[in-house]
Amino acid sequence: MGTALTLIVLFVALALCWRYLGAYMLAIYDGRVRWLRGPERLIYRALGVDSEAEQSWQRYTMSLIIFSAVAILVTYALIRLQGHLPLNPEHLSGVSPALSFNTAVSFVTNTNWQNYSGETTMSYLSQMGSLTVQMFVSASVGIAVAVALIRGFARKESSTIGNFWVDLVRGVLYLLLPISFVMTFVFVGQGAIQTFAGPAHIKNALDGFTQVIARGPVASMEVIKQLGTNGGGFFNANGADPFENPTGLTNLLSVILILSIPFSLTYVFGKMVGNIRQGVAVVATMLLFFCIWTAVGIGAEHGANTAVHLGGIAHQVAGNMNGKETRFGSSSSALYNIASTQTSTGSVDASNDSFTPIGGMMLLTGMMLGEVTPGGVGSGLYTILLFAIVAVFLGGLMVGRTPEYLGKKIQAREVKIAALGVLVMPITVLVLTGIATVVQSGTSATLNSGPHGFTEILYAFTSQANNNGSAFAGLSGNTPFYNILGAVAMLIGRFGVIVPALALAGTLGKKGLVPESLGTFRTDTPLFIGLLVGVIVIVGGLTFFPAISLGPLAEQLSHGRLF
Amino acid sequence: MLVQLRRSIIVSAIFFVLLGLVYPLVTTGLAQVVFPHQANGSLTSNGSTLIGQRWSGRRWFHGRADAFNAMASGASNLGPNSKALEEFVAKEVRYYHHLGVNPTASLVTGSGSGLDPDVSVAGAYAQVGMVAKANGLSSSAVSRLVASQIVGQQFGFLGSQYINVLSLNEALATLVRHTKG
Repeated sequence: MGTALTLIVLFVALALCWRYLGAYMLAIYDGRVRWLRGPERLIYRALGVDSEAEQSWQRYTMSLIIFSAVAILVTYALIRLQGHLPLNPEHLSGVSPALSFNTAVSFVTNTNWQNYSGETTMSYLSQMGSLTVQMFVSASVGIAVAVALIRGFARKESSTIGNFWVDLVRGVLYLLLPISFVMTFVFVGQGAIQTFAGPAHIKNALDGFTQVIARGPVASMEVIKQLGTNGGGFFNANGADPFENPTGLTNLLSVILILSIPFSLTYVFGKMVGNIRQGVAVVATMLLFFCIWTAVGIGAEHGANTAVHLGGIAHQVAGNMNGKETRFGSSSSALYNIASTQTSTGSVDASNDSFTPIGGMMLLTGMMLGEVTPGGVGSGLYTILLFAIVAVFLGGLMVGRTPEYLGKKIQAREVKIAALGVLVMPITVLVLTGIATVVQSGTSATLNSGPHGFTEILYAFTSQANNNGSAFAGLSGNTPFYNILGAVAMLIGRFGVIVPALALAGTLGKKGLVPESLGTFRTDTPLFIGLLVGVIVIVGGLTFFPAISLGPLAEQLSHGRLF
Repeated sequence: MLVQLRRSIIVSAIFFVLLGLVYPLVTTGLAQVVFPHQANGSLTSNGSTLIGQRWSGRRWFHGRADAFNAMASGASNLGPNSKALEEFVAKEVRYYHHLGVNPTASLVTGSGSGLDPDVSVAGAYAQVGMVAKANGLSSSAVSRLVASQIVGQQFGFLGSQYINVLSLNEALATLVRHTKG
């Protein structure tokens, strides 16, 4: 009953976001939102940017890459040097080079994979000035790429796709910062902490129990972590920590924040290409996957935990509660972690590693589908549009016509670019997982043995190459091997898709529009949705099924055997 | 190229100040004024109601089988088919049997944070006999105490109902004081 009502409220909230947040985002990227134009103009002046001047796709891409490289350097330097910088009440020393590199890449690529425990590794300045900043910025970069790609579809015979600096600044100023600012107070009101007071020392007068409690500016980081589909927690326990996610309300709000921008961007897409039905087709595809994964995930976590049963607990009436918080229960925990793995967020309010085999498989496969259901902020939309191009290409092959999408002829160049963007993630995941399973530094880092240990490794590379950042956290990733290989996966998974997406924006923008005729394959119909679903399932399924069978499926079919 | 590099550096500096300093400092300042209790960790004289503590012996209600190290949060991360998890649970079950309690799943498993401040309603009721006997109270009085501490689902549908272990034990201490005094 509670679960049903939670889902109803979630979907009503998402429907409102789609319509109204979508319309607001459309206005932002059309340049019609101006309530902060004073500070906005000041920034453009400091940058020497003319907000009316646009860039070619090459210049847009170059700006994005150079900016990201500088962001990695700045993030790296701040956490390396934190021992010499202020706002460090616990006197934490600088982070090691390999870990700093992994972390800097992780936050700049919107991954937020964390090979460290926040409360014992990062100073307040690192959490705020280094990591939180990149949570805003990487999210804004992702949305900028999606908007640039939409412009490529929407425009005809245009040599430009927008201005990177303008898109970047507008996303931060008008979208991410205001929502985060307001939501911070809702989270604090519920019990999330926001303080610079340093750790609290507790002595319980009843039984003499003593405790030191880590504190910090948590809520301001927590909300952008969800809104920007980042996922990196202030604390090691992430969204399970009561100071990050104190109540059932903050838990549901987290899920809404995570899903709001990725789903709403399909509204922007539909409106900008001049046919909202095109946006509806894309969002319907995303929703189909999201609903199935949510239902199976919640169902699986209602089931019993085999090891707990064998340990002597006959009935697990509340479902699989190992690794889950009492105040959330199994259903809300499953919903949160499914939403987070379907969006490249990667925050968790329960231990992924302790999910049932099928529940864990839903988390893993949600990422393996390419993070398009609905995917991360921006990245979900630009990746699913690459899938859509492959889908119309296959549709065109079936009837022997040159395919079109949104009035643009899809020719060899576009199909090649889209195929590259779609395949770069599976190749990265499978190659790096393969390497890690045959070398000692790879296999020695797993906590669990047997198929579950293999899943920990597969999960790590799937998560990083998809810029998700969640973990089957039994893996001890803070080794030079995993830090560096992981950073490679994150860089390829981010820029290996962004560059093709922007190239596509460029070539599509230059094309003229083909008038719709009787022979045009319509892309706003259930038939197209079916084709797009098929392409996503086939690409994900064919590439990953063998690996899945060695991990979660082998574990599920082991009939209660322990490893 | 050099233009973009210069812009990257300047915009990084602006974002560092705006998002890395102004945003967290302003939200902290306002939060400290509007919600000072919550913003500092919901601290009471016996600890934080949001951060779980370890309770031992028969006189107090126990919570989840967590480490309760508030400087190192996190779950056990043991998988559902893990031998180590089976051994952990079996050890916890033996411990509760020794205390005369027939434990529920949530009493013998760890949480997601390792700091769960709450226990399930069934988990609290399971300990009523032990706590009543150790404190010289009647089982019905302790049962009523547990019932009075149930926190329902938020707004009637969000999350799960639970009992805050610190609040329950504080109420228990008051009950013991009144009964004996």
